[in-house]
Amino acid sequence: MSLPSEVQSWIGQTRYEEETEFPVERGYVWTTCSSVENGNPLFWDDDVAAELTAGPIAPPTMISVWFRPHLWAPGRTKQVQPLQVHFDLKETLDLPEAVMTDNEIIFYDPVRPGDRLKTRQILHSVSEPKTTKLGTGRFWVIEVQYVNQKDQLVAKEMYTGFGYKRGA
Amino acid sequence: MAANLTAGKVEAGQKLEPLAYDVTATTVILGALASRDWRPMHHDRDFAINRNGVRDIFMNTPNLAAWFERYVTDWTGPRGRLGRMKFRMKDSIFPGEQMVFNGTVEKLEKDDVGCTWANLNVEVAVGDRLCTSCAVRVALPADENDNPWERKGDRWRP
Repeated sequence: MSLPSEVQSWIGQTRYEEETEFPVERGYVWTTCSSVENGNPLFWDDDVAAELTAGPIAPPTMISVWFRPHLWAPGRTKQVQPLQVHFDLKETLDLPEAVMTDNEIIFYDPVRPGDRLKTRQILHSVSEPKTTKLGTGRFWVIEVQYVNQKDQLVAKEMYTGFGYKRGA
Repeated sequence: MAANLTAGKVEAGQKLEPLAYDVTATTVILGALASRDWRPMHHDRDFAINRNGVRDIFMNTPNLAAWFERYVTDWTGPRGRLGRMKFRMKDSIFPGEQMVFNGTVEKLEKDDVGCTWANLNVEVAVGDRLCTSCAVRVALPADENDNPWERKGDRWRP
């Protein structure tokens, strides 16, 4: 089954260039570390952070946290989705369910409290229809790039998603 | 957490100490909210069962990433610097299950700019059910005076 031309046109295109809704902040760093019982002193001890990383940083794996939008915000009439390309694909390809099967993150300059990150999303590929134990649908690969307010690359993420319709 | 691990103390085939953790609904929901993941399958059991076709709410990927980070840096100490992580999600982790992390050093290598990397295979499983595997590339200090966090620009090649 061929891809709709609209979806075809998204491949390789940089879309949804956005700034995060709030600066990186330590409250979320501590909540995240607490949620996984991460006692790394880099995140809890300012003296260690000063010595090793020239001040506090956020755990690298928190990178996607900073661009997840608030569930509600004043004046917003439509819920904004993180990884909007993924949701665009679900909607346009009429695949109501989706899971992520692979996720690769590459870390560059550390993210620091106060940083204002920017993101952009690039659709790399969409597969032919496939059937798995979940149902029938398509796999897709999306890259998300993250830079800080100095335009320094802080991370890249590659997601492989599978959008599908559940089997009868 | 370990003291600072240096490259000289690591070799291919080395096993990391396993980490076992009993997952509760609180683990799942706290993890989802800490990672700002408001999607209902991570906090709404009815939605997870009736819409997603799974048996309960389940752990979300961003929080699992934080678990993998914790597991790896528990081993390296704070000078260990993550370069790359590649996750393969095979199955979900639900409340009431015990997840167990295991890791193996696949390779130790030095890149062209002198940074020492450990390539690890880390897995989290419930019983004999592999849930997520993660290929991790983490920079280790060459010796007690080295600090991978000081690497910038072309000297950092994750």
